[in-house]
Amino acid sequence: MTRTGTPMLRSTPANSGLPGRPEFDAIAAWIEPGAQVLDLGCGDGSLLRYLIEVRRAMGYGIEIDDGNVLASVRHRVNVLQSDLESGLAGFETASFDYVILSQTLQAVRHTEQIIGEMLRVGRQAIVTFPNFGYWGHRLQVLAGRMPVSPTLPYKWYDTPNVHLFTLRDFESFCADHGIRILERIVMDQGRVVSVLPNLLGSLAVYRFDRGPQP
Amino acid sequence: MNAPGSIGVVIPRKAQFDQPIRLRSGALVERYELAYETYGRLNQARDNAVLVCHALNASHHVAGIYGDDPTNVGWWDNLVGPGKPVDTNRFFVLGVNNLGGCHGSTGPASINPVNGRPWGAEFPLVTVEDWVHTQARLADHLGIERFAVVMGGSLGAMQALQWTMSFPQRIRHALVIAAAPKLSAQNIAFNEVARQAIMTDPDFHGGDFYAHNVVPRRGLRLARMIGHITYLSDDAMAEKFGRALRDGALKFNFDVEFEIESYLRYQGDKFSDYFDANTYLRITKALDYFDPAAEYGGDLTKALARAQAAFLVVSFTSDWRFSPARSRQILKALVDNRLDVSYAEIDAPHGHDAFLMDDARYHDLIRAYLDNIDIG
Repeated sequence: MTRTGTPMLRSTPANSGLPGRPEFDAIAAWIEPGAQVLDLGCGDGSLLRYLIEVRRAMGYGIEIDDGNVLASVRHRVNVLQSDLESGLAGFETASFDYVILSQTLQAVRHTEQIIGEMLRVGRQAIVTFPNFGYWGHRLQVLAGRMPVSPTLPYKWYDTPNVHLFTLRDFESFCADHGIRILERIVMDQGRVVSVLPNLLGSLAVYRFDRGPQP
Repeated sequence: MNAPGSIGVVIPRKAQFDQPIRLRSGALVERYELAYETYGRLNQARDNAVLVCHALNASHHVAGIYGDDPTNVGWWDNLVGPGKPVDTNRFFVLGVNNLGGCHGSTGPASINPVNGRPWGAEFPLVTVEDWVHTQARLADHLGIERFAVVMGGSLGAMQALQWTMSFPQRIRHALVIAAAPKLSAQNIAFNEVARQAIMTDPDFHGGDFYAHNVVPRRGLRLARMIGHITYLSDDAMAEKFGRALRDGALKFNFDVEFEIESYLRYQGDKFSDYFDANTYLRITKALDYFDPAAEYGGDLTKALARAQAAFLVVSFTSDWRFSPARSRQILKALVDNRLDVSYAEIDAPHGHDAFLMDDARYHDLIRAYLDNIDIG
């Protein structure tokens, strides 16, 4: 029996000369050189590989899928095979500079728990997710269908996504949970979107922390 | 007959050590021999050496066959050989029979030079640390300053782990497979039952059975049978034997009825033909004693603070003897120290024995990891 977890979108080789996933650059730009990074659902390890190369980052990826674990090892990335939803228990509090959850938050069952764990283990957290509020998604819903797009490539019956949400949803979630958003980049087709982001952006990248503690 | 990728005929060698060694127990061994085998070539840079450490009943015969005994295939031959995951075209692989063993290295059945009789009960107890120490001396003897890899499964993995602490400068990568950072009470309990089986055998003679020209065969058989039960998973046993009957019907006596009985008796008999009872006792003790965290107040993170190697840790889901949870304890200590480590939990049905099996996900992973090691 082969174990497969959440199908990951991440497959762009870091050194292929092709542009990496557009959010790779956004994440890399935010990360301080030499930072210690934990990448949850690290896929084939390309993001970590990229951060090691451009930011001299040190870190670990967590991944459940056998094939992705093997691919990460091939990419010379530290990968720990574990289920995300139980995977952070072994990590000390405030032991990493950044905990990254890229293109996975929408596929996680216990959202509050995982965000809480990210902010326990990391000084800061970074998430990227497809924006359900993107105009192309809204149009499809208006037409009476569940949206299928480059950022939401699955059909309703085979999607690993269990929690679809919009930029505005995420920001109100942060406000409700005392989470401080430090930076946000919204994109569509690899370009940064600055006007009407919740309508025109298909992909969101957020950096946040716990905010000032009382 | 050489299977494709077999290293072919190999020749066991011996190295003599005249420099006394002080064991962890305090005992002094004045001189000793270690039996070993090597496969492949040590390169010019001398940076492609791989040490394969054996577990309970194995030896220095890791791969290949013997010219005079072509059925005697090395115990990890499915992993080690030309083009195999541990590729002998690239790496210089060293297998060694540990001190206290019974496959050619100095052990309880060897002649004690002091009195010209087998050591027997007088042979000191050896530990994982002692083995690593003597392996390092063998490395000196062979001109290996630093191993590219030290690897092993089970008790062999404990030696690989110990290497990173005893000689942090002399090991670049540790492959720690089906391991535990120390035995649990349950593990020790199984070992103790095995030891009691041997020591209460009337043919044991307090360990000096050689003089009586007997072997505590019944004890060894029982010890091996108990071991085998713990190496297999319940599922693997159910699948392999189920409740199948040897002769198709119950016989209402105490002969072999179920296939599992036949299997255990066969394994026990085979083992008692070749394995030394005193060695078995000592190896189970070495397992029980292994606990590198003990001198750090039980803190494995502190124990591993001096390690510098990169690690590949592998566990198997159906291994209840050294379960994945035990490997994750090692993992946590490595991550706490920010050491490079990858960890895979292989979903394999074979129990603890899975580390010896030819499983594609497991072998592909080892191959991928080793392929990325830069050598001369």
